[in-house]
Amino acid sequence: MHPLFTRPRQLGLYLLAWIPLAGILVYLLTGGGGLGLGEATALTVPLCLVYAFVCLAAWYPCRATPLEKSGFAKLLLTHLTAAALLGTYWTYQAKELAIGLAHFWPRFAGLDQRLAKHFPLLWITGVLLYLMSVTFHYVLLAEQASREAQERALQARVLARDAELKALRAQVNPHFLFNCLHSVSALTGSDAGKAREMCILLADFLRTTLRLGGKETITLQEELALVRGYLAIEKVRFGARLLMEEDVEKKTMEVLIPPLLLQPLVENAIRHGIANLPEGGIIRLSAQEKSNVVSILVENSFDPESPAPLKTGLGLDNIRQRLDTRYGPEAGISVKTEGNRFQVSLRLPAQQNGVMA
Amino acid sequence: MSGVAGKKIRAVIVDDEELARQMLREFLSAHPEVEIAAECGNGFEAVKAVMELKPDLVFLDIQMPKLDGFEVLELIGTDRAVIFVTAYDEYAIRAFDIHAVDYLLKPFGAERFETALQRARQRLGGKLPEATELSSSARPPSQALERIVVRDGTRVFIIPIAKLEYAEAQDDYVALVTEGKKHLKQQTISSLEGVLDPARFLRIHRSYIVNLEKVTKVEPYSKDNHVVVLSNGTQLPVSRSGYARLREFLEQTRTK
Repeated sequence: MHPLFTRPRQLGLYLLAWIPLAGILVYLLTGGGGLGLGEATALTVPLCLVYAFVCLAAWYPCRATPLEKSGFAKLLLTHLTAAALLGTYWTYQAKELAIGLAHFWPRFAGLDQRLAKHFPLLWITGVLLYLMSVTFHYVLLAEQASREAQERALQARVLARDAELKALRAQVNPHFLFNCLHSVSALTGSDAGKAREMCILLADFLRTTLRLGGKETITLQEELALVRGYLAIEKVRFGARLLMEEDVEKKTMEVLIPPLLLQPLVENAIRHGIANLPEGGIIRLSAQEKSNVVSILVENSFDPESPAPLKTGLGLDNIRQRLDTRYGPEAGISVKTEGNRFQVSLRLPAQQNGVMA
Repeated sequence: MSGVAGKKIRAVIVDDEELARQMLREFLSAHPEVEIAAECGNGFEAVKAVMELKPDLVFLDIQMPKLDGFEVLELIGTDRAVIFVTAYDEYAIRAFDIHAVDYLLKPFGAERFETALQRARQRLGGKLPEATELSSSARPPSQALERIVVRDGTRVFIIPIAKLEYAEAQDDYVALVTEGKKHLKQQTISSLEGVLDPARFLRIHRSYIVNLEKVTKVEPYSKDNHVVVLSNGTQLPVSRSGYARLREFLEQTRTK
């Protein structure tokens, strides 16, 4: 169906636009001599009213021959043919109407004869009006296309955002959850208080992850709080095997970073480092700022003999990508091993609340 | 020993998390016929405990320090009932392929645990499956072997693949040679060949697989025979078909 029929406001505006057109036609018919004002009006008003709707039919040939995809010859042929046909139709209608008026209304007697010399004028007006309608419809189509494009772009943004959130959530490793629940389950038998504490730690951690994950950036302090929450849970599982050292310069605390930047690194440090050491090890986290660049270091002990984990790259790639889209070459991540220490260092611009520190 | 009839079942618990071990202890405490012979926190301890104590039943975690559950099983063999206990469900098929009695997914409840124990009793009452070639079946085919585990008595050696110079067939064993040391492993050379990365290791002889990175040259030995010379001077015989494979490999690397 024609789109104007679903939008009454626009249909009204379209019909309003015909009023001046009809006025011009009345002027032409009277000005050229021959017809009186009453006669011209009586003819023009019904003619234009019907033709206004007839011209909406231009929608179909316009849609079938999109401007940017159709050749000039095809466009010309399609629309001129239609215009010629409709011009003829409109002239014929005028003639019939004039006969009708002359026949039924004595005042208009002989109108059909007087109109006859205006047929060429009428035909040309019919053609021009139709061609104007064609132009109008092309504008309409373009507007519709741009609206659709806008909607698509919006949808793409929403999707991208969605995917990002999903990815963030996927970073909360389900096996971490299963192991936690198993610990809780074990504790309920032996130490109900500790079990409750663990449930609360876990709930806090999950809630914070969801809350922070939805933000564009958070302060390093917030991220550190999340990391500490995570470590508190893992501490219940690993006990004395898990040691943590923190050396964070105070002035870096307010630096803005993308959320969940460090937590996956600490999780890796446990999964591929501490978890493979029977006696456990230390995770060391440090942050420094120097000439507007923050360097964050996550270091952990690991067993050089344990097989290289299959999925290490995944988490790191994700972080590298996120830093890259956000900061471009200003940020970076690098990894090195030194003996039995594994080191991930991040470098990013020291931004605070949208301004450079 | 059918079911609970008299004799005790001796079990070993292997898990690196104290709370997980505690959970199994708690569930087992309801079964006086099951005696916990040992608890182990890593793969090395597990192999040692199983070799020394010869338990009937092993509760085995998969993700552990030193050796993972599959490596432990490869070293201790299947002549005992094994119940895997893990938070990861992706190893289940592999576990049953090597005749695990059951696969407990953490967290599990008492009821699920009882089912597993019941299955273990049935397994112990019946005939244990033949010890299969674990080293080959325990590996998913897609995953290239990164290290080989070898047991000598209760001692465990880990040989990183890159350090393996060559392997030599010796009856039912293969001798794995690395940095001048030889480790014997109960495995056929063909099954070892099957798990090694074909881009790095080549069967040059009925009895030899060589690490191609260690080969410095190929020399004619007699009229029809050749030897490869390794970086440390060791010479290994090359059979006629082995020589063809070697040439094919060298041509491929040259065109690359």
